[in-house]
Order: sequence, then C-alpha cells, then structure tokens
Amino acid sequence: MNIIIRNAVVLILVLTGTAAKAQEDLLNLVDKGDSKPKKEYVKYAFKSTRVINAHSMEFLSPGTMDFRILHRFGPTNQGYKNFFGFDQASMRMGFDFGLARNLMIGVGRSTYKKEVDAFFKYAPLMQSTGTGSFPFTVAIVGGITMNTMPWADTSIHNYFTTRLAYYYQVILGRKFTEGFSLQLSPTMVHNNFVPLSSQPNDIFALGVGGRLKLTKRMAITWDYSHLFNGIEKDVNFDPLSLGIDIETGGHVFQLHFSNSTGMNERAFITETTGRWDKVEVRFGFNLSRVFQLKKSGHK
Amino acid sequence: MKKIVFLFGLIILTAAVSAQDKYFTKAGKIHFDATTSSSPENVDGVNKSSICVMDTKTGNIQFSVLMKGFEFERALMQEHFNENYVESNKFPKTEFKGMITNNASVNYTKDGVYPVKVKGKLTMHGETKDIEADGKLTVKGGKISANADFPVTLADFKVTIPQLVADKVAKMAKITVDCVLEPLK
Repeated sequence: MNIIIRNAVVLILVLTGTAAKAQEDLLNLVDKGDSKPKKEYVKYAFKSTRVINAHSMEFLSPGTMDFRILHRFGPTNQGYKNFFGFDQASMRMGFDFGLARNLMIGVGRSTYKKEVDAFFKYAPLMQSTGTGSFPFTVAIVGGITMNTMPWADTSIHNYFTTRLAYYYQVILGRKFTEGFSLQLSPTMVHNNFVPLSSQPNDIFALGVGGRLKLTKRMAITWDYSHLFNGIEKDVNFDPLSLGIDIETGGHVFQLHFSNSTGMNERAFITETTGRWDKVEVRFGFNLSRVFQLKKSGHK
Repeated sequence: MKKIVFLFGLIILTAAVSAQDKYFTKAGKIHFDATTSSSPENVDGVNKSSICVMDTKTGNIQFSVLMKGFEFERALMQEHFNENYVESNKFPKTEFKGMITNNASVNYTKDGVYPVKVKGKLTMHGETKDIEADGKLTVKGGKISANADFPVTLADFKVTIPQLVADKVAKMAKITVDCVLEPLK
C-alpha cells in the first residue's frame, strides 16, 4: 500500500513537472536577466511648463516649441457694468523652446507695462525611478524682464538699466502619484529700480504649486507665492491662483481665477494688488499649443 | 529513496532538454498605426525593444512590449499615448501569449519562408482578448524572422478615443510585427 502511494506521488510529480513545462512562461527565460530596473525619468508631473503663473517642474520635450497665449481679465467684482471684468484684458504672448530633456528657454511680451521677458530653466537633477533614482526634481530658473514703456519723466536722465528686473528661482518638485504633484519654489526678484528709496529692490518669496488630476485630461491646479517682504505692505499681496487644466488634442487650456494681473515673475510676484478677501479676483486663461519643430526620426 | 532521486532527476531533465528549440530577441520591432484617412498627421509609433520568445517544438510564441518604449515623431503624441490612451504607468507591459497553430508545417531545420497562423491572448491596458493573425516565418542561417500584421480594435482594450480627435485617431490600430529571433542558449 505504502509503495503504491509513494509511486503515485512520484508519478504526479513527474506529470506536473511536464505539464508545467507545456504552459511555461517563455518570457521568463529572457526577462529574468534584467533584475535591475533601468533608470527612468518621471515625466508629466504637470500638463504644462507652468503651474498657472509660476514655472512648473515640467520641461518641454527637446525639439518642441510651446506657443503660449495668456489672458487676464479685469476684476470680477466690478459687476455687470464691466461684464465681470471681461471688458478689460491684459495679455502675454510667449514662445518657449525645449532644448534638451532638462533645459528650456523662452521669451514673451506682456501688455501690462509693455514688458518683454526672457528666461531659462535648467534641471540639474530630475525625479526618476529605477537604478540610481532621485526622489524629486531640482530646477533652476533665471529670468530678465524689461519695461518698454515711455519714460515717465523725461526731464531727468533716465538710465536704460532702470527698465530691467531679474528673477532667480529654484524649483523643488515631486510627482507623488499619477494624479498628485507638488512643488516649492523659493524665488528672489531683483528690481533695478523702485519708485521710493524706502522700498526694497530685492523681494523674496516662496511659491507653492500643485496639481491634482481629476480625469486623464483634466486637473485642478493651484499656485501661491508667499512674500517675505513686499514692495509696499498694504499695496502688494500674496498672489494666489486657482485653476483647472483642460487638455484637448493639441492644446492645453489653463482656466483660472487669480488676484494677480502680471504674467511674468516680476509682475505677479511683486505687483499683485488684488485681494481675494475683497473678491478682487480676475478670470484668466493660458492657452498652450506645442509644435514639433524637430522631428525625432523613428523610422 | 534511490528511485525518488532518479525520478527527480528525470523531472529536471525533461524540463531542460528542449532548450535548443527556443529562439528569442530583445530587439523586436512592433509598429502601430492608428491614422485615419482624414488625419493630417500620422498617428503611429514604433517600439524597437520588444521581447519575443518562441519554442519551435511546441509552437508557443510570446511577446512582451514595454509601452513606454514606443517612439513617436511628435513628443506630444508620445505624451498623449502614454498619459491618456494606454496609461503606461498603470499598465506598463503588453503581452501576447499564443501558439503557431500550424507549427508542424514549418521545417525549422531548412531555410525557407513558411506562412503561419498564430492564435493567442493579447493583454493590453489591463484587458485580455483573443487575437488571431496570419504571418510568416523566414528561416535563414539559423535565425528565424517573424513577420505579421493584424488589426486591434482599441475599444476592446478599453482605450477610448475622444470625439474631438476621432477624425485623426482611428478606432482600429494596425499592428506590424517584425522580429529576428536567435537561438536561446
């Protein structure tokens, strides 16, 4: 009896051995060699290279150009006589270029103060997974703005450099999950010229921006900067924008409400005069259209 | 006791003996094309690092394709492919596990071109569907080239095409397979 059982067990073992072979996973024969996952950069933390106003941790792909049209309407609290702000509009038109995986540049011009601006954004470290991964993205941004309005006072000697301002920013951002990204961006804005000698030339701020995806093509975004020293205490306030990103085929629409009018770092960080508690909030949108300038040959 | 050792040896042996019947590649080309006739731009991508393994003895053939490995002419298309259509973070791999149904008619020891029928299960975007395709195997100098093309209905795999781009992105994608397999040692 014992022998029969033993032989039966052995027979079953042999049979299962061959049966397993018949349906064996051929892919395992090849795949097992790659135990170490390759380093892979985490992409698409934000739909666009801007959270709303502020630069995001996201970069343009190399060889692409992002044509951006930004609109900010008037304060919504003006009611029907100004059609809730839609009677006024301020805009910025910009062209951004992706040069490398971690480098982009851009230029733009805003109607507000007739400002021209240019920037570069470079990431020495990018969030990645796999071997040699890094948990978050570190990007630096440097920009310059130039006011091109006629001189306010022609009776004095006006220096060209008084038209200029600079900004420097570090972005520390992480895509925590597929749907949630958050970033901090300490920023310094240097104005070559401020109206009063009591006002500071250097403004320090800390930005907090984030995204929460609602669906594959829609997300809630927010973008806030805390000012450590405003130019004028009761005039300048912390800019806060709340928005929604909508992605259609080739465009990203960023619709939002914000208390700032300016659309470059100098303008929205140092010259936001609206207050959320007084509903001095404007509707605005960013329209981003990415063009492929250089085709990555894949055939 | 001796008998058991002998039988275990037999099990291991039966599993190992057929190793030289297997062929593979890690650089298989898989191309997909979902361009509609009215589209101004090509909606297509290619993956040049697909894994394919086949067992000439049983006719089993399997593919594994990393979705992030698809390259597109336009970066934005690649982003949309990964983010909005196949959701490659959630479903990183597409696998096919099937059989060459007329494997007996292929003489792997003789150079030549052999038409084959392949039947199996394709798992993509979390969905598994039965797929049948006609293809050909070219045996030449100890290598096997596997070529096939077949259509895939995207809705079967819960890949939805928004109305807004329906004139550009087809509901059916044409998949073209082009792999050169070498003996697996």
